[in-house]
Amino acid sequence: MAEIRLHNLAHSYSRAPNGNGDYAIREMNHVWAQGGAYALLGPSGCGKSTLLNIISGLLSPSHGEVQFDGKVVNHLHPEQRNIAQVFQFPVVYDTMTVFDNLAFPLRNQGMNEARILAKVNEIAEVLELHPLLRKRASNLTADEKQKVSMGRGLVRDDVSAILFDEPLTVIDPHLKWKLRRKLKQIHEQFNITMVYVTHDQLEASTFADKIAVMYGGQIVQFGTPRELFERPSHTFVGYFIGSPGMNLIEVSRCEGGVRFADTVLPLSPALNQRLDELQWTSLKVGIRPEFVHVWEGFNEDARCGEVVHLEDLGTYKILTLRLDGQLLKVRLQEDQPVPQQQVYLSFPAQWLMLYADEYLVEVLPAQPQSQSSEVQP
Amino acid sequence: MKVQNNKAWWLVLPVFLLVAFSAIVPMMTVVNYSVQDIFDHSTRYFVGVDWYKQVLQDTRLHDSLLRQFIFSGCVLLIEIPLGIAIALCMPTKGRMASLVLIVMAIPLLIPWNVVGTIWQIFGRADIGLMGWTLNKLGIAYNYASDTGDAWVTVLIMDVWHWTSLVALLCYSGLRAIPDVYYQAARIDRASAWAVFRHIQLPKLKSVLLIAVMLRFMDSFMIYTEPFVLTGGGPGNATTFLSQTLTQMAIGQFDLGPAAAFSLVYFLIILLVSWLFYTAMTHNDKTR
Repeated sequence: MAEIRLHNLAHSYSRAPNGNGDYAIREMNHVWAQGGAYALLGPSGCGKSTLLNIISGLLSPSHGEVQFDGKVVNHLHPEQRNIAQVFQFPVVYDTMTVFDNLAFPLRNQGMNEARILAKVNEIAEVLELHPLLRKRASNLTADEKQKVSMGRGLVRDDVSAILFDEPLTVIDPHLKWKLRRKLKQIHEQFNITMVYVTHDQLEASTFADKIAVMYGGQIVQFGTPRELFERPSHTFVGYFIGSPGMNLIEVSRCEGGVRFADTVLPLSPALNQRLDELQWTSLKVGIRPEFVHVWEGFNEDARCGEVVHLEDLGTYKILTLRLDGQLLKVRLQEDQPVPQQQVYLSFPAQWLMLYADEYLVEVLPAQPQSQSSEVQP
Repeated sequence: MKVQNNKAWWLVLPVFLLVAFSAIVPMMTVVNYSVQDIFDHSTRYFVGVDWYKQVLQDTRLHDSLLRQFIFSGCVLLIEIPLGIAIALCMPTKGRMASLVLIVMAIPLLIPWNVVGTIWQIFGRADIGLMGWTLNKLGIAYNYASDTGDAWVTVLIMDVWHWTSLVALLCYSGLRAIPDVYYQAARIDRASAWAVFRHIQLPKLKSVLLIAVMLRFMDSFMIYTEPFVLTGGGPGNATTFLSQTLTQMAIGQFDLGPAAAFSLVYFLIILLVSWLFYTAMTHNDKTR
């Protein structure tokens, strides 16, 4: 059990990296606290797996340090780091039975057979592998194999951490949900640090207490699912989290606020002042489709948009509208009246986010929402 | 009512013709010889299974069959483990990888009688590099007069000639193992032996099946190399089955017994190959 700290960590697969583009992981500092359940969320190719392999020691980083409980472990091999990792595709030892598969990591560390028997039985119970224990692993189905793969990680409860690299990719949807619950239970039971890599926000938010969103080789935000939803600190988080993602509109600076075409959005004095202090080359405003307020009828203070398209998703509807040449998406609840042709809407100030060069502009002192994840723009 | 229609059989015709010309017709001529005693164009007698009885009781054939089994057994016991070991040591990346592949392929590209000639000269005590050196070192080595030396030389020659094939097959098999297996093994803290025993060897099974079958069949039919190297001697010490067969058919013109023996020979290879195949795929079928 350990706290995992990444210190000035960076990694490039090329020998002579040339600029940011060559880095799979751009310099970052990050802490995974002992006993936490974390998700590492991001699109394919953003460096999630690279980061995981660096933590487990399968890859050695180009720069920086990996520390377990304050001790630098860069020079330690995965065998010495005492870490478990579950991969995207099931890895089982075909020639062994399920029991021997689960016992394998324990036997390798020289545990006595009586304890092995107890441990394997315990984990087989949790993963419901009991009926299969005597079967040869090569004859299992894909999701049984993946359960065995996971079991080999979970059976070692003395590990520093368990890393999951999209472990449920090959599993049926209904089983996915069950297995995620199981992992959560195991986490609560054994209190092991778990890092769970996924590109599925639902998977991330059901499993993790805190989610690190990765984009372009960096952790752009580290927070609870709620924080990611309500205050995305990077436009990518806004776009990636939520369904549909955040409305992002490119704006220009104007007296007392920002504007796009003829629409002027006033900003608070504090935000105006902050914007003047910062240096930036592009400005965007963002608002979640859930937070756009739609009026039932004509309203003097509201802005008037034109209905483009309506998608009915059963429990809610997504309305696409055009406002001053910009397409916006709005989420309407089931019982909300659907506007025809014209729609009156307003943007509540507390949900309207301002982004300078893709990063959230916050009024200082910044809210301490990302204590342990320092993001460097 | 179901309409009976046998037109689909016409689709089998091309395959049937192909197999007929490539296998059935040539083999039937042998079967034809094996049941007749032929003197000339018009004089022949049907003898039934007499030739078969004769060849099955022939001690010369028994001896060379025994030698043949010992030889093929030695070949498999040496070449398969050695081939696996070489494949495990072969570099996987960079220029060395291609260089080693080329070097490994060279013995496979040399015509068989040239292989025999190379070793025939290499091993000679008077002018051969190996034979001369061994004798100068005080080791009495002469493959032409000593049975043991002849056997060792024939075996080393075959190992030199064919281990590459096993190594290259295993190398391709090893390359096909996804990295994630090795990664998982490291995470599980598996020893190098455990990685070999539980990952590499099981994943090599299908290529090893091919390697074992090819090496068994080829070594069981070996003719050219020992014929060039030792001529089957000293005495009959390195006379293997195909050489005995050739002597019988071409040297003595005993076409009847030779044909009967060819079929027995063929059946032995078929049977042993089937045994290997069944033994090696046995585990896949049992659930």
